[in-house]
Amino acid sequence: MTPMIEVRNISKRFVKRLDLAGKIAARLGVDIHEEVVHAVDDVSLAIQPGEVVGLVGESGCGKSTLGRMIAGILSPTEGSVLLDGQKISDLSGTDRRAASLAIQMIFQDPFASLNPRMRVEQIVGEAPLVHGLTDRAGLSDYVDDILTKVGLDPSLKRRYPHQFSGGQRQRIGIARALAVKPRFLVCDEAIAALDVSIQAQVLNLFMDLREEFNLTYLFVSHDLSVVEHIADRIVIMYLGRVVEAAPTEALFADPQHPYTRALLAEVPRLDQRKRDFTPIVGEIPSPLSPPSGCHFHPRCPHVMKECSRTAPPLTKRREDWVVSCHFYEKN
Amino acid sequence: MSVLTVEGLQTHFFTRAGVVPAVDGVDFALDRGEIMGLVGESGSGKSVTGFSILGLVDPPGKVSGGRILFKGEDLVQATEARMQELRGARIAMIFQDTMMTLNPVLRIDTQMTEAILAHEKVSRREAWTRARDGLAKVGIPSPEQRLRAYPHQLSGGMRQRVAIAIAFLNNPDLLIADEPTTALDVTIQAQIVHVAQTLCRERGTALIWITHDLAVVAGLADRIAVMYAGRIVEAGPTDDIIDEPRHPYTVGLLGSVPSANRRGQRLSQIPGMTPNMLALPRGCAFQDRCPRSAPSCGEAQPDSVALGLRAVRCFSPHGSEVAP
Repeated sequence: MTPMIEVRNISKRFVKRLDLAGKIAARLGVDIHEEVVHAVDDVSLAIQPGEVVGLVGESGCGKSTLGRMIAGILSPTEGSVLLDGQKISDLSGTDRRAASLAIQMIFQDPFASLNPRMRVEQIVGEAPLVHGLTDRAGLSDYVDDILTKVGLDPSLKRRYPHQFSGGQRQRIGIARALAVKPRFLVCDEAIAALDVSIQAQVLNLFMDLREEFNLTYLFVSHDLSVVEHIADRIVIMYLGRVVEAAPTEALFADPQHPYTRALLAEVPRLDQRKRDFTPIVGEIPSPLSPPSGCHFHPRCPHVMKECSRTAPPLTKRREDWVVSCHFYEKN
Repeated sequence: MSVLTVEGLQTHFFTRAGVVPAVDGVDFALDRGEIMGLVGESGSGKSVTGFSILGLVDPPGKVSGGRILFKGEDLVQATEARMQELRGARIAMIFQDTMMTLNPVLRIDTQMTEAILAHEKVSRREAWTRARDGLAKVGIPSPEQRLRAYPHQLSGGMRQRVAIAIAFLNNPDLLIADEPTTALDVTIQAQIVHVAQTLCRERGTALIWITHDLAVVAGLADRIAVMYAGRIVEAGPTDDIIDEPRHPYTVGLLGSVPSANRRGQRLSQIPGMTPNMLALPRGCAFQDRCPRSAPSCGEAQPDSVALGLRAVRCFSPHGSEVAP
């Protein structure tokens, strides 16, 4: 089966160019270089139609950058994004537009992602009008319909974003994404900024919408318990690389990569009381100067000689399970 | 004797739009070395409770009722000079945003020695040594170098460690931690929780851990108090609260937390939103969102009723059908 979304060997590097003074200094032999951040480093990923994939990692691991590249907000430095087996970058004209409408994104901060000077009906209605999904006469009904679907009262559509609570704003963001009838949604920490009771409401909404519109999701999050709840498959990233990817249940039952194990052990859970454990040492290193070899080796409890020399390849444990670890390969 | 006893604490904000009862009748007591999790959603008054204890409520807010007994001394009546003696020495606080709590233009050593010299007559040299040992204690590698750093040169997790080190410099009797790990990654959160827990246990410091995340305090606290709209609606031992919540709000909160055994199912959500604090309904503030509400809930404010080791503010708590 052709995956709905596929990314092939995608990389994103952010380069901080030297300014004029820097260039002159470099010419004169001062030891300064352009700073390069490898935000995403050779990642491949396939998402089947109807699947919910959770992309998990700590801040700075490149998960948001990957999500943004898939959504078409950032262009990859290397590699390509494929929709239904076709490279999006190769498409042109109507096909290109259809492809970009098919993939929509929902952002973390419902306060920053909505234009404060636009009314809700404009925020939700602008894109479908421009793309001819509805005409001016039908716009009002179109917007009402979508607002009802995301659980907002259509009579509030003349209001501005600041007149809504955080949870309601997130619903407006979801309505805006749904308005162009997408097939694939990238949700970047979409519920992280909400209160616990509101998180549950929005999470339920995502699951209802998935059934109703037959949506496929990439759920980017740092919160493993949320991802565990909603995702069919989980991809774990560390410092720009995928370290493990597996179906949710299998991953939680028997994590293979030392980093995955550490993450799972350290997620606070209701059923774990008064624990006495030694947390994993150290912090995520700077992506400006990532460690050599396996990026995780300075924090890894099972570090071996070759870990600092070569980056471990992604090894197939099962058809649907990959791990990138020298220690795993040995055992 | 308990380190801290809060009785009927009321902190109201007198705004132009009306009086906001941010904290409205909060009672709890904390023993030496005890860890209490104060849980609630935004606007429930959990942070204001913490600020009230330290006397850090700014106008238009005011502690307008109740008593805060710290080792027998009523902090509500205490003068500002007395509060300054206590703050940072006997009672310390750490906050969510360390970029705001640490002074960005002062080096770490200046900020740490200042915290010691403000309360004790010791030499600068000795204060510096204590600062260094403090940093080492919270697991900061090469503390001598870190002392010379500025806050922006440290990562978020490191800054929070520095904040904890400063809080523990004078061996406080009480530490108030206001969402200290909310902005941090899970692995770093686990480290910070571990450090705070170890230090409190070693030194017998009582700890109030303010958070919206029930899962964090489930693994940390001895007792949990759940706040809603300015009141503690349920308080008791951690195991009781998590395993057998009685107040419908606690039940709803726990149901909202995604967990392994309900994968893929709908979460049991609490309908509606947190109430507008300016226009609270008569009677129980939770009645509009409560699945068990009855007409009587709108008539009077439920009193806190003791059920075994816990206290619940509800007319018909869960399990009341079988209770004697």
